[in-house]
Amino acid sequence: MKKYVWPSLKFTLVFIVLCSVLYPLLIAGIAKFSKGGGGGEKVEVNGKIVGYANIGQKFTDDKYFWSRPSAADYNAAGSAGSNKGPSNPDYLKLVQERIDSFLVHNPGVKKEQIPAELVTASASGLDPDLSPYAAKIQAKRIAVVRNLDEATIISLVDKQTEKPLLGFMGPTKVNVLKLNIALDKLK
Amino acid sequence: MNTELTGVIVTFLLTVLLAYPLGIYIAKVFAGKKTFTNFLNPVERLIYRIGGIDPNKRMNWKEFVKAMLAINMLWLFYAFFLLLNQGHLPLNPDGNPNMTPDLSFNTAISFLVNCNLQHYSGESGLTYLTQLFVITFLQFVSAATGIAAAVALFNGLKNKTTDNLGNFWGIFTKSITRILLPLCIIMAVILAFNGSPASFDGKDSIVTLQGDTVGVSRGPAAGMIAIKHLGTNGGGWFGANSAHPLENPNYFTGMVELIAQMIIPIAMLFALGFYIKRKKLAYVIFGIMTVGMLFLIMPTMHWEMQGSSAIEKLGIMQATGAMEGKEVRFGPAASGYWSIVTTIISTGSVNSMHDSSMPLSGMMQMLGMLINAFYGGCGVGILNYFIYIIIAVFIGGLMVGRTPEFLGHKVEAREVKIAALVTLLSAFLIKGGTALAAYYFVKHGNADWAVQPANWLNNPGNHGFSEMFYEFTSSNANNGSGFEGLGDNNIFWNVTTGFVLLLGRFLPIIGPIAIIGLLAKKKYIPETAGTLKVDSLTFGMLTFAIIIIITALSYFPPLVLGPIAEFLGM
Repeated sequence: MKKYVWPSLKFTLVFIVLCSVLYPLLIAGIAKFSKGGGGGEKVEVNGKIVGYANIGQKFTDDKYFWSRPSAADYNAAGSAGSNKGPSNPDYLKLVQERIDSFLVHNPGVKKEQIPAELVTASASGLDPDLSPYAAKIQAKRIAVVRNLDEATIISLVDKQTEKPLLGFMGPTKVNVLKLNIALDKLK
Repeated sequence: MNTELTGVIVTFLLTVLLAYPLGIYIAKVFAGKKTFTNFLNPVERLIYRIGGIDPNKRMNWKEFVKAMLAINMLWLFYAFFLLLNQGHLPLNPDGNPNMTPDLSFNTAISFLVNCNLQHYSGESGLTYLTQLFVITFLQFVSAATGIAAAVALFNGLKNKTTDNLGNFWGIFTKSITRILLPLCIIMAVILAFNGSPASFDGKDSIVTLQGDTVGVSRGPAAGMIAIKHLGTNGGGWFGANSAHPLENPNYFTGMVELIAQMIIPIAMLFALGFYIKRKKLAYVIFGIMTVGMLFLIMPTMHWEMQGSSAIEKLGIMQATGAMEGKEVRFGPAASGYWSIVTTIISTGSVNSMHDSSMPLSGMMQMLGMLINAFYGGCGVGILNYFIYIIIAVFIGGLMVGRTPEFLGHKVEAREVKIAALVTLLSAFLIKGGTALAAYYFVKHGNADWAVQPANWLNNPGNHGFSEMFYEFTSSNANNGSGFEGLGDNNIFWNVTTGFVLLLGRFLPIIGPIAIIGLLAKKKYIPETAGTLKVDSLTFGMLTFAIIIIITALSYFPPLVLGPIAEFLGM
């Protein structure tokens, strides 16, 4: 065994330098030229940073488009899903409560119109997106609170909607933070 | 056509399209032929000189295994020591604490064996130093160990009679310098320019548009995310793994990460064909594996896109499928696809939470890991499939009444015994472990432990059983994904899965290398009309049947107790 120990030690050192020092430094160096310089792309409103472009935020105020329920309370220092199994009775009760609460805040919306994504928790707890439908179903509530035309809000969602990749791959979606920033600018 | 489906189909086609030339390249690299990366020769010569080895020195199977085990053992102690003391070491901008001894034990083993089971969350459980010097480092070297073991198999198959399986140090070095590192650099740059963090900045704090104050964990993640997929490791920088918007920012990076985790396992198959000059054998194996994968993937995607029957009963709309534990930017199709890719390939990274998958999708994920040979992990997938081949050769030989042969070498009692033991070992570790956990959960639920067994599970009933079964399945298969509701950061789970991880890694590597070492030494028997043709479609189908029969016989009971019972009860 002895004749393998010395080479092992020396190979380990070499590859620590290669994989744990030089490689990350190289990537960090190249990433300086990316948006956000490798520290994450930030979003500013009137010179004030209000968040990261890719990271979802909690929106529970009636005047904003709500984002999805989160098992991490949208704390990006502790991402997490709920890990609730599909048959768990406590979980189904929680979903029922979210449905009830949604109905109270959104008069005029029927139960069968509520999209599942608005009452189920995302995988990361930081989901930045909604489907356009899940945004539009909230338009009436926002229109009343903000004293705006419902059609204006719907067309805002359409404007903010991101098409599938190259037009034919993946879902259509809308970024909730960007949508709410645009919503604030309407007035 | 549905854009979510076209996205998945294009992803798979691109994977195969890219894997083919990569396979040719890999075969050339290990055959020592000229490639466009030959400019790296001086770098490798320098590494050999520092290491003090001769990369052309022949090794028989025992020498090969000894070299591999020696360096792996060293990494285990190194990783354990760093994790245990990370709180006092530099590069810790978030001030994260040391790991407990049992968690260090589990984590060091888990990354050493290419599993990446994580009983911690990256945001608070590691420092930038350990993310790079332990996690990233082990992700490179464990993948290279797997590739080296597969190349040893190739060498045994290539030559008519030999005891030379190649030089471990040389193959290991080239696996990193010629394959893993160049691909990782390309991928990490793609990720960085799509929004994954890569700088050494610590945790940020922001006030959101609505006025809440939240933290944002960051760090030099892009490089790690690249090797985590290319090396089929799977351990996430962040707790939510590739569901995290910084770890997998958009649909494009999702495709890149899917292609990356599959490309080397598939390329290794093609490389096998070119290297031992039996292309047909490689194509048949690829075909059988692909059929097996489709059997698991198609129903899973269907169930996830269809949505949950329990949610259906609440009377709301499920136009976007089952959304609990999923991200909008990937959708249920790509999430279902990923959940099978990551379980058949032993990556274990996730873009959705498997614990919240539909019951039968969960079963498909478990089957992917129980079989562990539809493509399989970096290098080791072929080794696992090789074990099934040996058993199929044996049974096929019995059926036609001839001494079983594999590529001109008699397969005798000793080789078959090793293959059978490796197969039985999995069943023993998975079911034994689950039985032990279930026993403590039921009989000693209130035991005076830091985490009482009664509090282990996040879900009641059959799904709770699935959480325990999945954990041991994932450990044995060196997969690393989990039904993460399981409360697993405590001594029971850290220690038991730690041992399962070690045995589930090294015995299925040593077994096939020993078999090929023994086979290759034997006298070569030329093929005749009566020889069982292992590169025929018939033999491929026989192997497939053997895989299904072994898996069904071994694991039907626990699958009934877990996902099937849950499905029937919903």
